[in-house]
Amino acid sequence: MKKAILYLNQFFGQIGGEDKADFEPVLEDKPIGSAGIFNGIAKNVKIEQTMICGDNFMASHTDEAIERCLKLLEGKKFDIFIAGPAFNAGRYGNACGQICKAVHEKFNVPVITSMNVENPGVEMFKRDMYIFKGGNRATAIKQDMTAMAAFADKIAGGEKLLPADMEGYFPRGIRHEVFLEDLGMEPVMACDRAVDMLLAKLKGEEYVTELPIPKQDLVPIAPAVKDIRKIKVGLVTSGGIVPRENPDRIESASATKWGKYNIAGLDKLPAPEFKTIHAGYDPEQADKNPNVVEPLDAIRALQKEGKLGEVDDFFYATVGTGTTQGEAARMGREIAADLRSRGVEAVILTST
Amino acid sequence: MAKEIERSGLPITIMCNLTNIAKTVGSNRIVPTFSVPYPLGNPQASPEEEWAMRKHRVEVAVEALQTPIEEQTVFAVKK
Repeated sequence: MKKAILYLNQFFGQIGGEDKADFEPVLEDKPIGSAGIFNGIAKNVKIEQTMICGDNFMASHTDEAIERCLKLLEGKKFDIFIAGPAFNAGRYGNACGQICKAVHEKFNVPVITSMNVENPGVEMFKRDMYIFKGGNRATAIKQDMTAMAAFADKIAGGEKLLPADMEGYFPRGIRHEVFLEDLGMEPVMACDRAVDMLLAKLKGEEYVTELPIPKQDLVPIAPAVKDIRKIKVGLVTSGGIVPRENPDRIESASATKWGKYNIAGLDKLPAPEFKTIHAGYDPEQADKNPNVVEPLDAIRALQKEGKLGEVDDFFYATVGTGTTQGEAARMGREIAADLRSRGVEAVILTST
Repeated sequence: MAKEIERSGLPITIMCNLTNIAKTVGSNRIVPTFSVPYPLGNPQASPEEEWAMRKHRVEVAVEALQTPIEEQTVFAVKK
């Protein structure tokens, strides 16, 4: 029987919620939480230890967190390292990716995690590890853990591994020579496959390329402002800062709405008139002083010092947790159009 | 979101804690913040230190808007 170690964040490690997100790494000598699902599926490998680290600790002190996690693993016997599943949780996906990458580099064991396609961690880490295609929220935990367990079991049992799409993880950009009959498929010569694709393309039918070209959607860099003192600057935040009554009813997670709020004449964002409705971080500090998320006080100070000219009378806010990239892009386009209609020429966006 | 605002032609500085994510998603001008729940706050520091940190980082963000760049850039801040 091979041994696996599971990595979980503070929430799935049963330590606590956002108020425990700074929890420092520990290694427990027992299976915790979803390790039970894994151990119920896998026959050749068992999770006997669980590592837990808070998502904020990993995000804000990455080097230290990784170093301490690796130190905890020194001298431990394990054959496979599992992290998550992280669903569409951005910080958790980042944590799973960081730790898996470091563990693989140091201990050279297979590392497996699971994330939703919308999780930025997929783009950051898919080349470095097996990232299974997971659900977008925690209700998918059983299904996602089962997929990882079945795959870990195959590795532990020395079984033949199939290409990414067939196993269910994100393609890693690694190309192997394979014989189609080994995959249980009808062998067809490459030139025949190419001509079939060309014919399908000419007929306007669906076909799947064997050589996908990855594309990264970068936007052209907007030219720098010549003199910031002569233009109007706009403020935007995805940290969920809104007037106390949340007049636009922006959702606390998976937001589809944004709002804009008047700050004319204010030299800072006052509490409790403004607060955060963001459900993805501990609101204590932001509620006490909203300027730690939307720094109007610092903006005004720079204006007084003559380092900044006009600032728009409105700031724009939404919530960036669980928000899909599609919704974020739509809201971004809407906010951009509104900013432009108000004569804004440059923007500062704060996110949490 | 930052990307769509920039796509419309407006230069934008994104201030965030997970600068690697901002880079992966495609932001161009990036300034690191202090933490996730209080990007520009620090309850462990004195009010004066906290204020100096916030003002410094916002000033770097303003400066970034005036800085011509050739590629995605994470601007340096004092600790």
